[in-house]
Amino acid sequence: MLSQLEGSQAVARAVTLCRPQVIAAYPISPQTHIVEALSDHVRTGALTGCEYMMVESEFGAMSACIGASAAGARTYTATSSQGLLFMAEALFNASGLGLPIVMTVANRAIGAPINIWNDHSDAMSMRDSGWIQLYAESNQEAVDLHLQAFRLAEQLSVPVMVCMDGFVLTHAFERVDLPTQDQVDAFLPPMRPQQLLDPDDPATIGAMVGPEAFAEVRYLMHAKQMAALDAIPVIAGEFADTFHRHSGGLVRPYRVEDAETVVVALGSVLGTLEEVVDGLRAEGVRAGVLGIGCFRPWPVDEVRDALRGAKRVVVLEKAFAVGAGGIVGQNVRMALTGLPCEVYDVVAGLGGRPITRASLRRLLDEVLDARIDPHRLHFLDLDTAVVERELERSRGGGRIGPHAQNVLRDLGVVAAGSHGGGLEE
Amino acid sequence: MFAVRIHGRGGQGAVTAAELLSVAAFDEGRHAQAFPTFGSERTGAPVVSFCRIDDRPIRLREPIADPDALLVQDPTLLHQVNLFAGLRDDGFLVVNTSKPLEELGLGDLEERLTAEHVVAVPATEIARHHLGRPLPNAALLGAFSALTGEVSLRSVTHAIRGRFAGQVGEGNAAAAEAAYAFVLDSLRTGPRRSVDA
Repeated sequence: MLSQLEGSQAVARAVTLCRPQVIAAYPISPQTHIVEALSDHVRTGALTGCEYMMVESEFGAMSACIGASAAGARTYTATSSQGLLFMAEALFNASGLGLPIVMTVANRAIGAPINIWNDHSDAMSMRDSGWIQLYAESNQEAVDLHLQAFRLAEQLSVPVMVCMDGFVLTHAFERVDLPTQDQVDAFLPPMRPQQLLDPDDPATIGAMVGPEAFAEVRYLMHAKQMAALDAIPVIAGEFADTFHRHSGGLVRPYRVEDAETVVVALGSVLGTLEEVVDGLRAEGVRAGVLGIGCFRPWPVDEVRDALRGAKRVVVLEKAFAVGAGGIVGQNVRMALTGLPCEVYDVVAGLGGRPITRASLRRLLDEVLDARIDPHRLHFLDLDTAVVERELERSRGGGRIGPHAQNVLRDLGVVAAGSHGGGLEE
Repeated sequence: MFAVRIHGRGGQGAVTAAELLSVAAFDEGRHAQAFPTFGSERTGAPVVSFCRIDDRPIRLREPIADPDALLVQDPTLLHQVNLFAGLRDDGFLVVNTSKPLEELGLGDLEERLTAEHVVAVPATEIARHHLGRPLPNAALLGAFSALTGEVSLRSVTHAIRGRFAGQVGEGNAAAAEAAYAFVLDSLRTGPRRSVDA
């Protein structure tokens, strides 16, 4: 049914349709509306047969999810930012144990400096935690990915993270087609756990493994993720057959055939990028966009195939490896090994800074005119004057004070607030 | 694409107004996208929200820098925020005030904009009368409907009643209807000083 509603409400309804049996969560912005709605669904009976556990922390949330999943329950949680970091140890346990937990990550920056707004630093920091990572472009896709995530998780016995941009998607009202319960039940049958804590058939989940077998057990994790590269397109295909729309999959090419310049990105910025590419195409510039729907496992062959003909690949990402460069960029370079194309690493949208058509167009014009060095990390819309002034102060030595405070003072900002697109004087 | 930007203060319902507008447009079979300036909704602090309306799916997610219509919920923002940034000469403007715009120092702006695209509405007074509380957002949506015709009054009141049950919904719907009538009247006869409660 078509509805106009907030992304968080849409995701909560989708999760409810998936009939989770245990939800353990701790609220954190911008995830809060999702878990509030789910606790309400349990309270009002919209979601039956589900235990909602309000735990004391994110570490507690993931620990409770591990126990519930090991006991054979379909298990769900959601978090953001520092909450995901607080879960870190348990995240590795969930994946190491191969438990099919599904988690929404409402993507938000990581402090310090403290910042509640959107970027991908949180999910990217956990890219090697052994969780599958799917990224939603819109609220419709966020809804659809949750259905597919439970299927994938339970088919492979592996945990899956559904990443959606905090605020940009979670707090946006837009049109969403919510499936019916019958449709979801047909697509997602009850969970049949591949391992189970069952008093009648005892097993040890979480045995200590020494040097004799640790590598083998870890290898099996990797093999499972590689198997996901085959399973994800199959599940997305079945989803399209059932629901008559395309969501999920490994990569999403947009006007890339014959494109000489392709922008690679993840999440909600893809729509804005498509608008920019349409503008360039109208002027005769052969440009395209490659959306990465699945970042872990890394779809190396699909990325290579999609970018094979490109001369210039611009990787636009909302996070970066401090002291190294682009994160997605490094993966793209790996996929393009041996191909004659330049890869540009561009960091954008950090801490909620809007990524505008104008900025993207300027960036692509600079790339097309070869005015950007592909061997250096580029920051979209960086206020270089402010950065230079602070670097200059630092060079003097002595007690210059915290960068965050100095930069805010320099900009004349009284209190932190979201970037209103240059609206506030 | 029709782009609306709403300026208010935390607590006045700027975010809710954008959401309701998106629901009203959706009810008319159109695509709509509403979103706030994320996370800065502290009571009393300047808040901006946005709504895009289109006949096609909306892919763009940047903040609205060049709105087709601007709704100002609180005239005290005039000296704090660059409210009118990006508003074209043929753009629409709804300001919540019981004073003529000229008295607010907006004479030049009024001059620049198309006369029948600008309206001052005493939305807070209307809300006090119909709702018993000074929450201007429903009234401003009624005014927006009358001024732009982008959504019908019926869709606006339907969205309001869908969001707020009982008395609150009825009071807000009545405020929207009163502001709608006020704007039609004021477009016909020129600006009026205050609302006849």
